[in-house]
Order: sequence, then structure tokens, then C-alpha cells
Amino acid sequence: MAQRRRENIPHLPTEEQYLNCIRCGLCLSACPIYRETLRETDGPRAHVVLVRKYAEGELDISPEFVDLMYKCLDCEACNAICPVGIRPADLAMEMRQVIHKTTPQPWLKKPIFHGYFPHPLIQELSVLPLLLYQRLGLQTLARKLGILKLLPRQLQDMEHMVPELPARSLRQVLPEEIPPMGEEKHRVAFFLGCFQSTIFAQESEATVRVMARNGCRVFTPKQVKCCGMPAAGYGDIDLVKSLARFNIDLFLPLNPDVIVTDCATCGSTLKHYGEILKDDPEYAQKAEAFSAKVRDISEFLMSIDIRAPRGEIRARVTYHDPCHLVRAQKVRKQPRDLLKLIPGVEFVEMKESDWCCGSAGTQILTHYHNSLAVNRRKMENVRATGADIVATGCPGCQMQLTMGSNHYNVNVRVVHPIQLLEEAYRREEAQIADETSTGE
Amino acid sequence: MIEPRVVKELEAVVGKEHVLSSPEDLIAYSYDSTFEEHKPDIVVSPANTEEVSQVMRIAYRENIPVVPRGMGSGLAAASIPYSGGMVLNLTRLNRILEIDQENMIAAVEAGVVTADFQATVEEMGLFYPPDPSSIKHSTIGGNIACNAGGPRCLKYGVTSDYVLGLTAVLPSGEILKTGGKAIKNVTGLNLTQLLLGSEGTLAVITEALLRLMPKPKYTRTAMVTYMQLDDAARTVNAILLEGVVPATIELMDDTTINTIEEYLHLGLPTDAAAILIIETDGSDEQTVLREMETVARVARECGATDVKVAQSDAERNELWRGRRSVSPSLARRRPNKLGEDISVPRSAIPEAIRRIKAISAKYNLPIVVFGHAGDGNLHPNILFDKRDPDEWHRVEQISGEIFGMAVELGGTLTGEHGVGVLKQPYLEMALGKTAIAIQQGIKKVFDPKGLLNPGKKFPAA
Repeated sequence: MAQRRRENIPHLPTEEQYLNCIRCGLCLSACPIYRETLRETDGPRAHVVLVRKYAEGELDISPEFVDLMYKCLDCEACNAICPVGIRPADLAMEMRQVIHKTTPQPWLKKPIFHGYFPHPLIQELSVLPLLLYQRLGLQTLARKLGILKLLPRQLQDMEHMVPELPARSLRQVLPEEIPPMGEEKHRVAFFLGCFQSTIFAQESEATVRVMARNGCRVFTPKQVKCCGMPAAGYGDIDLVKSLARFNIDLFLPLNPDVIVTDCATCGSTLKHYGEILKDDPEYAQKAEAFSAKVRDISEFLMSIDIRAPRGEIRARVTYHDPCHLVRAQKVRKQPRDLLKLIPGVEFVEMKESDWCCGSAGTQILTHYHNSLAVNRRKMENVRATGADIVATGCPGCQMQLTMGSNHYNVNVRVVHPIQLLEEAYRREEAQIADETSTGE
Repeated sequence: MIEPRVVKELEAVVGKEHVLSSPEDLIAYSYDSTFEEHKPDIVVSPANTEEVSQVMRIAYRENIPVVPRGMGSGLAAASIPYSGGMVLNLTRLNRILEIDQENMIAAVEAGVVTADFQATVEEMGLFYPPDPSSIKHSTIGGNIACNAGGPRCLKYGVTSDYVLGLTAVLPSGEILKTGGKAIKNVTGLNLTQLLLGSEGTLAVITEALLRLMPKPKYTRTAMVTYMQLDDAARTVNAILLEGVVPATIELMDDTTINTIEEYLHLGLPTDAAAILIIETDGSDEQTVLREMETVARVARECGATDVKVAQSDAERNELWRGRRSVSPSLARRRPNKLGEDISVPRSAIPEAIRRIKAISAKYNLPIVVFGHAGDGNLHPNILFDKRDPDEWHRVEQISGEIFGMAVELGGTLTGEHGVGVLKQPYLEMALGKTAIAIQQGIKKVFDPKGLLNPGKKFPAA
């Protein structure tokens, strides 16, 4: 049986990946889920052992086994701490691929991943009810009347996650080419993420403006499709590959110096296209070239000679490290440097800034209690800083932190660092306008 | 198999979700930090002493073997449930109950992670010195059950030096309290110390009263290089004779140095026979500096070829990086490693290392030696591939020879990992028949039915 499992499943983790595990247990100390449930089975060490038992034919894929692999936040804290270089989080993700290929999948999965995520227009239409709810005053009414209190707490929390939606998706309104203000120094292709287009449009608008202000000609292809992370998270690697090929064909012909995204999750996936397509004879090289150009917005801005804004933002600001930025992309210093560029910002480091916030995409839907428990630890650390603002470069984290600040009564505003930077530039302009008008 | 009515009873005590028996759960509680494994029939996770007591009462009545377990970082297989039965998972007992700043004493539950506890007291300017390498993923209860040590033990002593009192649950379910907040206490037999290092065979430790110290404010760290192993060993004693007690004196032998260097390229001297990492600390900066000057002078007098004293925190971290990377470096070299923790008189260190090298050559398997030179506690690590039955056979022979050598040099089998099951075959050689018989008698008093962590630490009477 073990032999058959090895042969039939192309993505079965290699023997080295679990054989070298010395079972020291250090990963348990870094696992946000284990630290909440205190149950060995939920921890990375158990995942390594269980995958091995599965491969050796001693353990079958049971609903519990599936749940364990899906309970993992993929925050990669275990990958980072493992003294031997085992990557337990990757192993859980690869097991999801095995599960996807070998066991019957929930009926909703196909329509969601094949019908929804790859189609921006359908995504945009899907937020319409929420938009109407917000724009017709229903949200205000519902919140004032306390109707929400009648909902289960999970739905209340989700209602609070979503910021005010833009009237139209950014993908539809953003020009495909924006010229630089002043001299052209960089040719940038902007990868507009799904969330950034439909929910956090203001942020991506800010991203594009900041780049233009700093000598970038910005191309934003409208046909851009989902980076593939949601499908990857649910084990559908073939779909990820087809999305990757589509995006590569869309972006590479633009011949940009860099491909920039302001979504930590998109960035981490795009940077992995090379790895994802390494066995594709036609795309391997192109994917490698594509990934080599990908930069997170803070990473990009701090690598060019950006001009510090003169407008002030007087606030105590702390920063939460998204897992997909700090570990998946090793971007730790740049977002902080970016925030410190802003006059008036008092930057305070929070304890365990790189501890997962509990979002991990859809955990609030699928593992509500764990997600909330992990978030409590984060919100306590935020509270301890006494910050007015918590900045973070991932839409998933932003929604989770917003939810948490409401759930745990922590009085903070949650923003993307780029928003603050853009705000500072705008204040600078307003100041200049003021000065000129008083001058007259 | 545990009968369904008993499972129901256990669920009533700890809650349904804290009684585990899925195939996945049983696998997850079948191992620790060794390569040994055996599945339990059930895993029960109580939340406090009272629940532990009720669970134990049930197990005792039903004759179910019980194996207490924390985070499973043990290195002697002491928490592997070989006899099946119940794994009593104590990680949910994770509250710091009290920090009495005036008396510098803390009351904690057994499942508190040692590093978390240290961080909490250090924020208050206090200090809990025991620092096993597993500090981030081992619990206070486990540290007590194994009487864990660590690099700082030279100056500050081991876990047992910091435990003033214990709350423990006997196999019958009765709750036993020992010691107390009084620093001096000679009332009756010292049951606190008896439970220290008992590896879960006498009672289930659920709470502890721990002695704290003021946190040392200043630290100096040096890396000292030697071309002769004996020079390194002489340095250790010479420093202590000068009246300086460093916080740590850590030793790495040439194989260790080369293995780390191969993996990390830190620029360590690969031609050296040994490196010592020496740290002085204290509350008075001048004293700490002066002690480090003495250390450097003595080291040179003893033949050190290089003494590098860290000038900043960054440099200090860099010096420690090599020592901290020993385990990962080893694991990258071969799939498996067996880490022993023999303890010998300080003066016997060079002889011990020489003999270990001879054993390594004889059986043709790499053995690296590092450890706490200040207290004679060495970690010979045998590197091998368990898939090869011949190699595994050689590993067993090597272990036997190393233990024999340690005892011959006036040392012992284990300095900090405990006996568990891995070292049991050598117990009589180390302790003698009489000592074992007395220990078996004590076990009978605590655990007449022999249900608590059966087959561990000492052979059944």
C-alpha cells in the first residue's frame, strides 16, 4: 500500500522532508494553533509524523486528518524555527493537494475555485449585495438598531471585517497606464489583487499614486487574474498553475523593470511561480523570470530613492508582520522604514509582531474559534503598545485585525502602510496649497 | 482498550473535547523527542490539580497505566506509553499562579513553558536561572521531573536548586503537598527532592513553588580556542581555582567545530582541538569585567591560542550562534542522532573525550562531543541512519561502551536527560544492586499497583 501511495500521488512529500525530523518539538513553541489548543495533534511535529504514517500506509485520510491539515494557518512559523530545515507548513499544504486528488471534495469547492476566483467580474458582482447594504444606509441602520446583536457572533464579527467598499472595483476605474510625475525612472507593472480591487481599492489607488509620485510609469493590466493562493490553500495545484501561466503571459510582454503588488499574499504566490512551474518545459524559464521581478510595494519603494513626504501624521503607529511578507518573502525591515519616513509618526514595535493574526484566508469561516483565539493574543500585543494605528501590508490581516479590534475592544485604526505614506504626501500638498493661498 | 463507561467518566471530569482517542491523536501522543514510539489507548488532558486527582482516581480503580507528559521534549523516552493505557497530557495546566516579589518565589502549574515563565519574571527584574536547551518547548513540570540542567548550571545550579515545594497527585488520586515558601525546612524527609528527577514514576507533579533571584544586569562572553584538548580542560579548573565562577563554560570538540563550520560557515577555527564559550555575569559591571579579564588571562596561561571577547550584544550573539547551532548542524549531516548526557568529574573530561573518539573509530560512526565543561556534563552525539539495521546495532554497542566509560571515570549515565527507558540496561552498573532495591521500595510506597509510568527509570521489583 505504501508503495502505491508513493507512486500514485505525484505531490506526496519526499522522504527527506519528514525523515530528517528529529522530533525535538521546537516547532510547537512557534505554532499559534498549538499554543492555543495545547494539543500535540494540532502541532507541526504531529503533522510531520502523521504525513509519514499516511505515506507508509499506517494511517488513512480521515475527516479528522483532513481537518488537521486545513487547521494549519500556513503561517510558516514552524518552517522558520525548525533547526533541521523541515518545512511542516509546506507539508500540510502538500497534503492538501494529495487530499484534493484522492478523496471526494465538498461540492461547493469546484464552483468557488473554478467559477469564482479566476473571474474578476464575477468577484466584483459578488460584493454588490454588501455594497448595497453599506450604501443604502442599511449598515448604519442595522448597527444603530442593534439588529446585528441578533446574529451569531461569528456573523457579527464578519460583518465588522469589511471596510467601506468602493462604488466600483478599482480594476474597472484605474487607467491601464499611469505616467510618472516628473522624470521617468522606473517602469512598473502593478499586480492588482482581487481584494485590493474590490474591497481595499483606496489602498491600491494610494500604491499607484505613490509610485507615480516617485518616478514610476505604472501599468495595471485589467485582465489580471487571481494570483492562485486561494486555490493553492485548498490543494488545487493544477488551477494554480493555469492561473500562473495566464498572469505570466499577461505581464512579461509589458517588459517591466519590476512587478509590484501591495498584497502580501499575492506577492508570496507570485514570487513562487518559478517554483510552481519548475517542471513545465514551456513555462519554467518564463516563470523564473517573472518571479525574479516581483516586489512587495514596501520592498520596492525602499529599494529606490524615494522622497520622504513633508506632510505630518501625528500618531503612535505599530506594525503587524503578515506571515506572507515576513516569512514567505523575508520582508521585515522595509515596511517599518517606510512608516518611519513619515513625519510625526511615533513608531512602536509590538511584542511578537510576527505572530500570526489568525486570518490565514478563510480560518474565520472554517475554524472560527481557533482563528479568534489566535487573534486574541495579537490584539493583546497591539493593545499593550498603546498605538492609535496598526499598519500591515496584507488585506487578510487587515480584515482580521479590524474584526479583532472590534471583538476585543481595542481602539485602533487598521491601515496598509502605503495609505499612511500617501496621506502624508496629500497633507504636504494641502499645506503647500494653504501656504500659497495665504501668500496671495 | 479502555471501556466506554470509563471513557464517559473521564469525559465528565475533563470535558469531552479533552479526552482524545482518534487514530491521529494516538499517533501524536506516541512519541517524544527520541525516535521511540508506542501508542496509548487514550489521551486525557485535565486542566488543574483537582481534575488530575479525579482522573488518577479513576485510572487507579480501573488499573489503567498512566504516563504523564508535558510538551514531549524528553530525551530518554520517559513519556512514551509502552504499556498502553493513558497518556496524561499536562499542557493545559499552564497558569502562573502567583509571583511573590517580596519573597522572590513563584507558584506555577506544571504545564507552564519554561521560557514563558522566565520572560514573565524577567519583566519584573527577577530571574529563574535553569536553562535547558529545550527551554522554549519544555515545561516546568517536565524540567522538575527530569531535574533539567543547562549551560547556566555551573554558577546557578540545576532545577532542583530552585524548587521549594511541590503539589503532586499520587497514583491513588490523593493530593500530596511538599515543602513550602520557607527557605529553610528540615521537617521530615525531603519529599520535594525525592520527586525531583523521578521522571513521572512516583507522582504526577501538578504545581511548584520556585525560588527566584534578582536578574543579573551585566554579561561578558568570550570564545576561547585551543589546539590541545587538555589545555581547555585545565582552563576550566584553573578559572574556578582563581575564585571566579563563570555563568557558563561550554565546550565544543573538533568534530563539533567542523560540523558547525561545514553547515554555517561562521569562520570557526577548523584546526582547533576545542573551543570554550565562557560567560561571566552579575549585578556589578566592574566585577563582571574584572572576572572576564581573569578568565582571559587564565585561558592564555593554560595555552589558549585565541581569546575573543564580545564587545557588543551582536558580537555576543554571534559567539553563541555556533554553540546553539550544534543540533541542527548534526541533523543535517546524518538522518538520526542519539544525544547522550553523561556526566564525569571535570578533571576526567579530556580522558572521556579521548575514549569517545576511540569508540567512534572502533565502530566507524561519527560521534561529536560538546557540553557543559564547567560541570563535567558532556553530550556525545552519535550520528547514524536508523534505516540501516547494522548501524543501529553499532549505535547500541557504542552507547553501552560510552556509559561504561563514564562510570569507570567516576561519572554517571545522565546529567540532565534522565534514565527513562533508554538508559535502564546500564542502571545497575551505575548505581549498584542495593541502591536499585531501595528505589524500587520507594516506588512501591508511592505506587503499590505499579501503574504510574510503568517500566521507566528503574526496573520493576
